[in-house]
Amino acid sequence: MSATTTAPVHTMPKVHYLNADYGIKSWLLTTDHKRIALLYLGAVTFFFLIGGIFATMIRIHLLTPGGYLVSPETYNKLFTMHGVTMVFFFLIPSIPAILGNFLVPLMIGAKDLAFPKLNLLSYYLYLTGGGFVLYSFITGGLDTGWTFYTPLSSIYSNSAVTPAVIGIFINGFSSILTGLNFVVTIHTMRAPGMTWFRLPLFIWAQYATSMIFILGTPVIAITLLLLALERVFHLGFFNPALGGDPILFQHLFWFYSHPAVYIMILPAMGVITELITTFARRPVFGYTFIAGSSIAIAVIGFLVWAHHMFLTGESVYAALAFSLMSYLVAIPSAVKVFNWTSTLYKGSISYDTPMLYALGFIGLFLVGGLTGLFLACLGLDIHLHDTYFVIAHFHYIMVGGAVMGYMGGLHFWWPKITGKMYPEFLARTAAVILFVGFNLTFFPQFVLGYLGMPRRYHSYPPEFQSLNVMSTAGASILALGYLLPMIYLAWSIKYGKVAGPNPWPATGLEWRTPSPPPTENFDVTPVVDWEPYDFEHRPDLQLEPGVAGLLPAHGDD
Amino acid sequence: MQSQLPLYPEQASNFAPHVDELMIFIIAICLFFAVAVTVAIIFFLYKFKRKSPGEIGVAVHGDMRLEAAWIGVPFILSMAMFAWGAVVYVDFRQAPPDTLDIYVIGKQWMWKLQQPNGQKEINELHVPLGKDVRLIMGSEDVIHDFSIPAFRVKMDVVPGHYNTLWFRPTKIGTYHFYCSQYCGTNHAIMGGWVTVMEPDEYTAWLAGTSDMNPNPVLAGERLFAQRACSTCHLADGKGPAPSLNGVFGGQVRLADGSTVTADESYIRESILTPNAKIVAGYQPVMPAYQGQITEEQTLDLISYVRSLQAEPVPPKGAGVVQTGAAAGTVSQPTGKK
Repeated sequence: MSATTTAPVHTMPKVHYLNADYGIKSWLLTTDHKRIALLYLGAVTFFFLIGGIFATMIRIHLLTPGGYLVSPETYNKLFTMHGVTMVFFFLIPSIPAILGNFLVPLMIGAKDLAFPKLNLLSYYLYLTGGGFVLYSFITGGLDTGWTFYTPLSSIYSNSAVTPAVIGIFINGFSSILTGLNFVVTIHTMRAPGMTWFRLPLFIWAQYATSMIFILGTPVIAITLLLLALERVFHLGFFNPALGGDPILFQHLFWFYSHPAVYIMILPAMGVITELITTFARRPVFGYTFIAGSSIAIAVIGFLVWAHHMFLTGESVYAALAFSLMSYLVAIPSAVKVFNWTSTLYKGSISYDTPMLYALGFIGLFLVGGLTGLFLACLGLDIHLHDTYFVIAHFHYIMVGGAVMGYMGGLHFWWPKITGKMYPEFLARTAAVILFVGFNLTFFPQFVLGYLGMPRRYHSYPPEFQSLNVMSTAGASILALGYLLPMIYLAWSIKYGKVAGPNPWPATGLEWRTPSPPPTENFDVTPVVDWEPYDFEHRPDLQLEPGVAGLLPAHGDD
Repeated sequence: MQSQLPLYPEQASNFAPHVDELMIFIIAICLFFAVAVTVAIIFFLYKFKRKSPGEIGVAVHGDMRLEAAWIGVPFILSMAMFAWGAVVYVDFRQAPPDTLDIYVIGKQWMWKLQQPNGQKEINELHVPLGKDVRLIMGSEDVIHDFSIPAFRVKMDVVPGHYNTLWFRPTKIGTYHFYCSQYCGTNHAIMGGWVTVMEPDEYTAWLAGTSDMNPNPVLAGERLFAQRACSTCHLADGKGPAPSLNGVFGGQVRLADGSTVTADESYIRESILTPNAKIVAGYQPVMPAYQGQITEEQTLDLISYVRSLQAEPVPPKGAGVVQTGAAAGTVSQPTGKK
């Protein structure tokens, strides 16, 4: 765009949630959901960096068949600590605790969450749990695998299992309370006119996720408690030498941990729906199907856990039932992909950074989801189980899916959170780098898996080397893709252009209040009289076919 | 190794072609959907690119026929994948009769294998071409997993019970096997080689080496006497415990009226925790051997019990439900050992 367009010059609001109060106490004891979201952003980013350092060391180590960097003990600790950090302290809290915390009240037109103090407690439970886990890492590390399979974890491991398990136990309460807070808030605090079917689909996704938090997390908490009791007091729950059953642990563990995969991906799916509608500038295709599929995934997701256990010797009938259910849970995910694709049809599409992430998400989630069909297949799982194929599959879902969704959401709402825009060109470049680096890292692992390379190997036969080198090369590109946004997003807080209340523009309630919003979110309680993602009947967006409307503040497209 | 990048491992068992065909079938379906969605997205991105800054899209809220189609078609295709996968899996989980049985014990971090004649191997497995082989696997400590990619087979090895795994080697050669379930520090080196040999070479190999190894049946018989099992389990069935003649492989009638197949898992349980299942007509008087004997000794005892399969069953027999002519009638109920 030339400089002569009508792009308005925005100024930051005088008073907003970031400067309403000063001093360290005003942050550490805040009950403002937006400030708590930022506290989470700091802590979650910290854990992401730690998990990322572990991942980097893993990939460097696997450059040579004999193992390049560390001893077998250390390697086992690296992949365990990578998994524990990323799953429990990055992926699970990332979108719900950061974006969800910030956006749930704003999107439904509420002042705050239903229980603001409980929200702060959630944050400190998260920090306490994280503290215990870091203590475990520092005082002996953890070498059980993030799955904590017994009796290895309960009897045979010499690493610091107990503090880690206590940390995850405490962290579980953070999830439960956050889920509870969201459910109550969504039920009771919606603004006038914000009916259930006018809710942004991000809210539907958060709602489904919260249900899993509330119903699933207690099971992992109690399971890990039993594990700690067996380890410390030698009570025989899982160790066959004490009369326990090691397979029982796997049932209990996966009863939570498979739904936990949906905790990671559902919120990302919610983000993607917001991004695609905004940048295609049209209502979402099949609102009820996208909303309903979130609920269907949450419900069916509880009935597929034993597909992690096809080769434990479980009954053939159980295996048949769990394989069948696993195919059924794939269908609502497919429904989402088809509806997102159709939302592009007759849209008015721009390629802003968040949209690039959304498109990247669809591509990677497509691969991740479709490869799930291979693993759900009983006959194929005999060969693929516990190989790198599984590693590649779930990284496509969790990193390709959940992290791309998180990055897209962060870029989309960054102007709302900080009031500033980031450098658009740099941001688009980073999105492309991430996509390329990700595929180069993880696609070779599908082949490695089919060739038979087992997971969690600190050394491997030489015939697997070339694919491992490819994967490590990709990982270095991927690391660049993560470091860039950290730098330019931090830079933009001080130096970015002022964004204005609705830079894209988008239709949600959160964009009807200044950026950054005031502490009480809205100066006047909003009244909703439009349908979701409706651009046609929204004169306030100043959009009309053929007329220059509000330009994105970065103004370079 | 550097230049050629194979996409699949060698096909060396009866399962390998089945698994590979299944793989190709699912790849084909997934490629179709992946390409269809990608092409649609790229086309829409190009066709509906924003033309002026103020432009908005056309509101198309949905289409029930489309929704029905993209729920229905994936459903049908996924059921096809499920069914085909189930057929391969059920075949894999049910070993045919008359297999060559090899005992496998996993322990941190090595595999001990034992041929039917007692020949022991460590991290090596020799099998004859074209013969159905069944591995009966237990663990001394944590969960392991016995995996042979070239055969496309794999099964967890779980402490506390036996899992079995069967295959029919179809190609002469030497193939990697791995521990596939993370089991602690040296998990990555807990592997070895399977050698598939011509049947006569296998027989010669077995004969040439078997002298050095104690016969597991003899070892089991010795243990049977040492542990005083033989004082109650009298062969003629007149002791306080059932005769073990003919028990192995039969149906045993239990005190609660149900029957159970006397396979390796049942015999193992009856040795380690005898009160778990009491044979009808006998008292629960046998001590538990859980923690008293090693996994290998358990296998020796099982081998010995197995060797009694063909012995004459006494009138007050082994608690075995008679098969064949006397089918349906319960022979003399017998207790546990």
